[in-house]
Amino acid sequence: MTTQLNSSFRGTQDLPKWLSPTLLVSFFLASFGLQVLIASDSDNAEINFIPVAIFGLLGFTVAIYVISRIIEGVRKATDRLVTIMVSTAFSLALIPLLSLAYTVLTKGVARFDAEFFTFSMRNIVGEGGGALHAIIGTVEITGIATLISVPIGIMAAIYLVEYGRGTIARLVTFFVDVMTGVPSIVAGLFAYALFVIFFGPGVRMGLGGAIALSLLMIPVVIRATEEMLKIVPNELREAAYALGVPKWLTVLKVVLPTSLAGIATGIMIAIARVIGETAPLLLIAGFTASMNYNPLDERMMTLPVFVYTSYANQGVDMQAYLDRAWAGALTLMLIVMVLNLVARLISKYFSPKG
Amino acid sequence: MTDTKPKAVRRLGDIVFANLAFFAGVSILATLATVAAFLFAQSVPAFTGPPIDAASEGFFSYVLPFVFGTVYASVIGLAIATPLAVGIALYISHFANRRFAQILGYAVDLLAAIPSVVYGLWGILVLAPFLSPTFNWLNANLGWIPMFAGQVSATGRTMLTVGIVLAIMVLPIMAALIREIFLQTPRLHEEAALALGATRWEMIKMAVLPFGRPGIISAAMLGLGRALGETMAVAMVLSPAAVVSFAVLTSTNSNTIAANIALQFPEAGGNYTNLLIATGLVLFAITMVVNMIARWVISRRAEFSGAN
Repeated sequence: MTTQLNSSFRGTQDLPKWLSPTLLVSFFLASFGLQVLIASDSDNAEINFIPVAIFGLLGFTVAIYVISRIIEGVRKATDRLVTIMVSTAFSLALIPLLSLAYTVLTKGVARFDAEFFTFSMRNIVGEGGGALHAIIGTVEITGIATLISVPIGIMAAIYLVEYGRGTIARLVTFFVDVMTGVPSIVAGLFAYALFVIFFGPGVRMGLGGAIALSLLMIPVVIRATEEMLKIVPNELREAAYALGVPKWLTVLKVVLPTSLAGIATGIMIAIARVIGETAPLLLIAGFTASMNYNPLDERMMTLPVFVYTSYANQGVDMQAYLDRAWAGALTLMLIVMVLNLVARLISKYFSPKG
Repeated sequence: MTDTKPKAVRRLGDIVFANLAFFAGVSILATLATVAAFLFAQSVPAFTGPPIDAASEGFFSYVLPFVFGTVYASVIGLAIATPLAVGIALYISHFANRRFAQILGYAVDLLAAIPSVVYGLWGILVLAPFLSPTFNWLNANLGWIPMFAGQVSATGRTMLTVGIVLAIMVLPIMAALIREIFLQTPRLHEEAALALGATRWEMIKMAVLPFGRPGIISAAMLGLGRALGETMAVAMVLSPAAVVSFAVLTSTNSNTIAANIALQFPEAGGNYTNLLIATGLVLFAITMVVNMIARWVISRRAEFSGAN
């Protein structure tokens, strides 16, 4: 017994495994109990969960550090401290994710019905109405943006991987990276500045939205395609050259098909990224309550802008507008999730094995 | 004198395809130049045209509060996000077990896929009311710090809420970048540290962090670039005023450039539009500089480390 005690003070023993979870739970309970006591004592009866979490965690951290320092020594104690801090950082990041998912799901379900997907907002005041006009707009504008970005993006990536040498290629690589950082609102302003030249001040047009989105989408497509082209083994290219296949046919018939699954995944992710963009569409595509199938004519509603305007321009019947905003947010999140999922499935099942 | 060297066959297809690819690549440079040129061209009327009510004291006194608000909100966001991002990256790369880590990485990536308008909606309807009591507490107990002084906003639509929303929004991209860098730490360095008897934290301190430091810096810069340009979440959450104020808990906050454009542009007419485009050009310049520095740091590192 004596020797065990001695050795424990020299800091060579490990803490039992059950100790830290037990301590964690008990400190949170104690902190919660303390808050209940304080709340019942003072006038404001509500319990604030932020202090509960903070004091529970602080108490636990101090306790585990002190105990570990006495029994295990200072180095292990520091290690435990850092482990707690790192895990806390991680769980802190999960809280908003869970809260967001929960809120959007519970509040979005209220108006996630057939009417929402079959009606526009024309002549609707208060309850009812839907986002069909916004969904059509989103599909058309994102579709056009994809049609613009994919060819340019893939060709630029081919240039960078297969042809590009020297200063220009390095400049392009650098500025593609810089382009990923262009703020979305600047893309919207650019589309406006471009269209003003042809159509005069105050122009609003779905096509402008597509231009703005493709500005944001092109660098993402280039990056994804570039990564995929780079991992195509050089042996394939050399085998094609050895058979006398010209370079352009080698790229078209050998390199691209090999990396097609990866490129498709990248495009999906790029679409998922721009489909939620609000700011550029607010500026150049504008907002409307009516259906508009023509991207070359007048204002066009999109789903993110629908969510924003439902919130920002609430009518007298506030709840109806908020419900529509949440339903729009839920639709948008579902679209993004599905796109991400499809992207993952494509890369899992269609990429070349080995 | 005859040329004995065999000439390479020049096929039409090759020439066309190579040129197509070349023009696609160069079009990136052209596009960025065009963006700058068009924004500039559309900004000019703001200075030459008739005076604008909103900017009666000149362009620079108009844009200054917005520049301040943009930088201030982003810096708050970054101050919250950077330590968290390092923590998350460390957790996923060195603490969680491998299969679990993959799922966790996917969960964090999901945060990046959520549209900013949804963050805005969540920020104002869920986060702001949730944080409001904490703001009162901060003001009552730490009010002597100038940041937390002033009349606390009753709605929670403050600079600090915006900073937190921005932090949540830039976290995923920062965490993903830092995680990639941490995973590139030479395995031998880590194992050598562990073999000498280092604890996990000592190994991280000795092998992982020194290796990843440039990566952390550039990830922070990229996060900053994102936060500077973030529009909708700020436009929806912040209750703005045309002031320069360091107080983060009040309802008079400096607006950001991007949010101001989003709020004013749909209603703007005449050369007020041009004024807003001019502020957009300022934002473009700021984000360009931040991004270029970040990319330069990354590319410099990639050359000497031999990684990637």
